[in-house]
Amino acid sequence: MKQLVILSGKGGTGKTSVTAAFAHLLAQETSPFRTVLADADVDASNLELVLSPEIILREDFRGGQIAAIDQDRCNACATCQDVCRFDAVLDDGEGGYKIDPLACDGCAACVYQCPEEAISMHDQVVGQWFRSESRYGPLFHAALRPAQENSGKLVTLVKQQARLLALDEGCDLVLVDGPPGIGCPVISAVSGADLALIVAEPTASGVHDMRRALETTNHFDVPAMVCINKADIYPEGAAGIEAFCQSEGIPVVGRVPFDTTVTGAMVEGQPVTVFQPDAPASRALRRVWDEVTARIEELSG
Amino acid sequence: MIIAVASGKGGTGKTTVATGLALALSESGQTVACLDCDVEAPNAHIFLNPAFEHRETVNQLIPEVDPDLCDGCGECADVCQFHAIVVLGGRTLVFPELCHGCGSCTLVCPHKAIREVPKAQGILEGGPAAGGGPLLAGIDFAQGLLNVGEPMAVPVISQLKKWRGLIDADIVILDSPPGASCPVVESLRGADFALLVTEPTPFGLHDLRLAVELTREIGIPAGVIVNRDGIGDAGVDEFCREAGVPILMRIPMDRRIAEALARGEALVEAFPEYLDRFRDLYDRIVEGVAS
Repeated sequence: MKQLVILSGKGGTGKTSVTAAFAHLLAQETSPFRTVLADADVDASNLELVLSPEIILREDFRGGQIAAIDQDRCNACATCQDVCRFDAVLDDGEGGYKIDPLACDGCAACVYQCPEEAISMHDQVVGQWFRSESRYGPLFHAALRPAQENSGKLVTLVKQQARLLALDEGCDLVLVDGPPGIGCPVISAVSGADLALIVAEPTASGVHDMRRALETTNHFDVPAMVCINKADIYPEGAAGIEAFCQSEGIPVVGRVPFDTTVTGAMVEGQPVTVFQPDAPASRALRRVWDEVTARIEELSG
Repeated sequence: MIIAVASGKGGTGKTTVATGLALALSESGQTVACLDCDVEAPNAHIFLNPAFEHRETVNQLIPEVDPDLCDGCGECADVCQFHAIVVLGGRTLVFPELCHGCGSCTLVCPHKAIREVPKAQGILEGGPAAGGGPLLAGIDFAQGLLNVGEPMAVPVISQLKKWRGLIDADIVILDSPPGASCPVVESLRGADFALLVTEPTPFGLHDLRLAVELTREIGIPAGVIVNRDGIGDAGVDEFCREAGVPILMRIPMDRRIAEALARGEALVEAFPEYLDRFRDLYDRIVEGVAS
């Protein structure tokens, strides 16, 4: 069983549109793989907007704990404020102190240092995760509540659940729609992946962030391939990406042209390959998928 | 006035707006600082062309155990919430990648066997910026860069927000990361206004809802910029009307704009008519915050 993760570095380059098209192609009878889908962008999960999943299991996600001060025991000595490195202990305006739940890191240093034992830690439900049946097979996804921490932990949980089901049911592939950036949720999304497909835009920003994404996959020893989206919007940029990838030995597996059909498909809640199978973007994505399939088969031996 | 440019969804045009606003206001004579808080994928420098004059490392403090003083009592492991320090077979081991740098283990060690040593997580760099064209802008710019393989963006953002140039600036523009979790919260903390950039598509709408919820949770007034106006559907407009969030500006879908941005040109330099539009936008933000 292999894990393919779709990444980009920069946000909005088309990760989810690519993932949705792959999910569709994977669900065809001719597909060589049986697949479980996972949306690892728990901050802003959009895959469900295309796959119209029916939720069959819904679980609370408890993130890290946060501190709370018992005002009856607090003698306002300020030790908690002194030891907190996250600026999470605020003056309460009445000579005492209170915790800023958004700033609290959950380290509990204040709990152990408070001479009055007035501080305790409390669990927080910071989101939910779901197992769903989508029109293209099982989907694991999640919703982190806005302003919460621990998106990396939630990504790990979503991927773990997807992987367990894939093992149980003898599936060949877990397809993971990754988050933007290179930080903790991305590291969780990349960890354990067998192959990363980086969706890059041929823009000054896109090239910069694609390189950061490639450095990240390289750091974690995950082989990567690049697909150029909106390739014709700035041909010099696309050429730059190809030259860079060639010099680094990274395969460029496709060029998807700028195509308004992609937005049309999103509005209709469908993968572009379903919405208009003959649109330029759909044709290009099928070719990209063939290349990716070949690479996964190679990795599977 | 501190304005944070945020979005929920990535790639909606945060950096286009942040750099456009910074250049337009600076060119009209205001002292402007611009901080790129998207430390995972910072792009504002591409459009502002700063000359980096100052650099500093962002360090996190990691415990280091003196084996001669440690008796393996395990109090450090008991207080660590992140399992970053454990005692195995009488030996105390540290896992730096799990450590949050809170210092709790050092404080509780009864034998004073732990000291903290810095570990680099990222860098900050900054200096004057004036865009790439004929504008007479003079922006005090700085950005954070998270080291590859480091999970935690928040400490880099937090140190960036204490950057030296901020004291003198009338206006501070923060280019936030995408999403709606802790790095965005850290970017938005202390801002007077949040400008939420979205695109009029189902993805843009879904993530705008989260961004609006986030600004309400933190208690920051917000307004919306609709970018690539004309693609997609009317969902964003309907949502903004129902939620009572003002749409302050629209930037049309225009392939020429996309091409200029792709080349690394700032919007206001490729299309100078946007200079006045961004200044008007700022006036409306000031009015909104004042009322």
